[in-house]
Amino acid sequence: MNALPTACEVRPAVELLRVDNLQTEFRVEEGVVRAVNGVSYTVDEREIVGIVGESGCGKSVSQLSVMQLVRNPGRIVGGEVWFEGHNLLKYRASSPQMREIRGAKISMIFQEPMTSLNPVLTIGRQLTESLELHLGMTKKEARARAAELLDSVGIPSAQSRLDDYPHQFSGGMRQRVMIAIGVACRPKMVIADEPTTALDCTTQAQLLELMLSSIEGCQGALVLVTHNLGVVARYAHRIYIMYAGRIVEQGLCRDIFYRPRHPYTIGLLKSVPRLDEERGRRLVPIDGTPPNLIDLPPTCAFLPRCAVAGERCRLEPWPELEPIDGEGHMARCYMMEATGE
Amino acid sequence: MTTYIIRRVLWGVVVLFIVSLIVFFSLRLIPGDPVQIWAGQQMGSGGSLSEEMLDQLRAKHGLDKPVPIQYLNWVKGIFQGDLGESIRYKDDVGTILKQRLPVTLVLGLVATVLSTVLGIFFGLVAAIRRGKWIDTLVTILSYVGLCIPVFLAAFILMYIFALKLRWLPFIGFELPWNNFGKSLRQGIMPIICLAVTPLAVTARQMRSSVLEVNNMDYVRTAWSKGLRERVVVTRHVLKNSLIPVITLLGISIGIIFGGSVIVEQVFNIPGMGRMLVDAIFQRDYVIIQGGTLVIAFMIVLVNLIVDISYGWFDPRIRYE
Amino acid sequence: MNDVSTTPAVETIAAPRVNEWKRFLRVFFQRKLVIVGVAVILIWVLTAIFAPLIAPYDPNLQNLKENLQPPSSEHWVGTDNMGRDVFSRLVYGTRTALYVGFGTVIVSAIIGMILGLLAGYLGGVVNAIIMRIMDALMGFPMLILALLLAAVLGGGLQNVIIALSIATIPGYTRLMCAETLSVRENEYIMAQRAIGSKSFRTMVRHVLPNAFQPLLVLITTMIGNVILAEAGLSFIGIGIQPPGAAWGSMASAGIRDLGTLPWLCFAPSLAIAVVVFAFNMVGDGLRDALDPKLRGTL
Repeated sequence: MNALPTACEVRPAVELLRVDNLQTEFRVEEGVVRAVNGVSYTVDEREIVGIVGESGCGKSVSQLSVMQLVRNPGRIVGGEVWFEGHNLLKYRASSPQMREIRGAKISMIFQEPMTSLNPVLTIGRQLTESLELHLGMTKKEARARAAELLDSVGIPSAQSRLDDYPHQFSGGMRQRVMIAIGVACRPKMVIADEPTTALDCTTQAQLLELMLSSIEGCQGALVLVTHNLGVVARYAHRIYIMYAGRIVEQGLCRDIFYRPRHPYTIGLLKSVPRLDEERGRRLVPIDGTPPNLIDLPPTCAFLPRCAVAGERCRLEPWPELEPIDGEGHMARCYMMEATGE
Repeated sequence: MTTYIIRRVLWGVVVLFIVSLIVFFSLRLIPGDPVQIWAGQQMGSGGSLSEEMLDQLRAKHGLDKPVPIQYLNWVKGIFQGDLGESIRYKDDVGTILKQRLPVTLVLGLVATVLSTVLGIFFGLVAAIRRGKWIDTLVTILSYVGLCIPVFLAAFILMYIFALKLRWLPFIGFELPWNNFGKSLRQGIMPIICLAVTPLAVTARQMRSSVLEVNNMDYVRTAWSKGLRERVVVTRHVLKNSLIPVITLLGISIGIIFGGSVIVEQVFNIPGMGRMLVDAIFQRDYVIIQGGTLVIAFMIVLVNLIVDISYGWFDPRIRYE
Repeated sequence: MNDVSTTPAVETIAAPRVNEWKRFLRVFFQRKLVIVGVAVILIWVLTAIFAPLIAPYDPNLQNLKENLQPPSSEHWVGTDNMGRDVFSRLVYGTRTALYVGFGTVIVSAIIGMILGLLAGYLGGVVNAIIMRIMDALMGFPMLILALLLAAVLGGGLQNVIIALSIATIPGYTRLMCAETLSVRENEYIMAQRAIGSKSFRTMVRHVLPNAFQPLLVLITTMIGNVILAEAGLSFIGIGIQPPGAAWGSMASAGIRDLGTLPWLCFAPSLAIAVVVFAFNMVGDGLRDALDPKLRGTL
């Protein structure tokens, strides 16, 4: 696949998805969790976008909101999701319009291959159902196509494995099945939510490559949701960094990696090993823990963990995203002069 | 698979063996032997019996032998299809059961099917319409079903449909193959009474089971494919949520057998339940032994079927 | 239920003790029906204690001249076929239900827990024997098992309690056995065994706190079930013997006059239903409040 520098190439963009000021909250016993608090981003056709953050920062919920798959007690309370000229949030979650998009135009690959497949249905059935539904295939056609799909994701003797149940597959194999399901209807966009977290390292790399080539095969865009900066560094064109339900920095891959400006992004980069740097650099974890999303103060949510915070950060509310040097490079911080060095 | 079934069958045999031990020996704890009790009852009604005649009777029923031998003889008889002879009715327990068992089985079977099917349906509907009026209604009704005594249900039905509206016959039960129309009319109230509690139990279990399955990742996967709700529910939710519900079948059968004791009393139905109660009042050991063993056998059988059917519901079970 | 016994869960619960208790109370009393249940149980217990003060007549006082009266200012629920005041008998019936309910649960919980502890702790053959007997007992419908035992023991309050206790032992034994086994797997018990501490006592000390919550829920719902079963036995005539005032036998005695004097049947049956309802409510409330995982499922 593409190595880092070429991945960050600028390409002519046709916008596919525009998310505007998305807000999703969870009403729980202890109060209201603003899991997604005014998130805006865009995905272009055939683009690979990375959404990065610690667990609980709202990155998964934002993606489920786009698909309107947020469960009780979660509720989408505001924003717009524009896809192919329609604001998807205008449609009810169970509306026919939404159902025509799910699985057909936007599909999702979930993070837990062990639990995301139905244990009592055969793999074949779980593949053919969307083919029959969205592509109007007959049972026979769908079955033949399902075998092709399994074969294309590298499952040996695919035809005979159609009648096996998920528990007869290993974790990596199940994730291959998930990828096959995800690309079955040649969607315009695939959302992959931590697709490889549950797998071991070697399988992870293989599966990412497989996923990318499968999506490339159907000319789709990919939204890669992960906490793993290494993964996005390798594949993503653009990156959004999320913290406490908001995007704190966004930009092209090279800007994020070589000119990060938000202290959280900087912290994230310091906490992972990099191949392109001198050996012997110490890895520095970010101090503290992610904030409790209930009753967040108006000030910057990263403030308690921030090393460069100044007087202004403590007194004034969290700033808006402000453009910086690179193309589309923006960050949400008062101290960017300090972090510029 | 075969070894699994054989193991389950053996297991059922062990349970039945323990049941037979408990039943047989606990009944022998009652002071006085069956012949003496029977004689006592005869005396009360004016008859008189000599010691000699009693000894003859004891010898005839094998009661002159030590208790463990009596047990062995009883078990031996069971394997030959002979459950013993009632001292009182001078009749084979097998013959008596042949008359009584079908009545209870017909009523019980219909009640089981009714309560299971309706329980699954209502539980499912309540869960997928969680928080809506139908959910509230099902939840309240299942609480009511759990706490009303069987005879209260019988009173309510009798009072309304037999005494006030005079739509349904008050008592009795005819087997359907003898007179279907009459059987149906007589059967309605007893069947409803028998079904109330297992229906409530099943609906409750089904509801919570569906709610749990609804939270599973694979259900979200199903939604993410763009399937309509009906398909998500019937194809992805239903089968998974039935797994804990079918386990209840054994319990439902138990509740229904227990309920038949009361229902047959209230509606004056000549079934197993009445037979047992009468036998207890008359201290007719042989019938009590035979009756309870047959009931235990039915329950073991149902549990066996349930265990084996798991495999169909859940392919993960490999029958090891 | 298994998470309760694992160490991380214990740690999180142990730290904010007071908050846990507050949270428990809040969740417990959140549902109105739970409050109703608690109130019903309180009223029931108080009625049983103060029955002589509440009942206007001696519950066993017969007056054949005034039998089968409809409700009036003198006899609030009328009189039965022996001319006894039905309201007074209903009031005294609370005592029967109370004795049977609590008596049975105490006896069966103690025996059942001991058997379960032994089965889990000793394992092997003892476990097999105890648990197989429990399986066999569970194979019986509770009412039929109680019927059989009552046939052996004879009727009467004490015998009903014994019969129902035996019939309800398996639930406790299974629960305790499972808890004991899971604690036994716990490595630090193994470690303590290695240094030769008195392990059965250690075991009991570790099992009881873990088993406490599920036991409490089981006991609460069992009281309701036991009252229901006693009503069934008394209804058939094998339970509480006349002239003792039991709701079940009152209901069955009234059946001949169901068409004309329906309250003779309905009043005692409803009393049973209300008390059982209360225990089911409280049992569910407890389960929801104690086990956050199950909360909201029913």
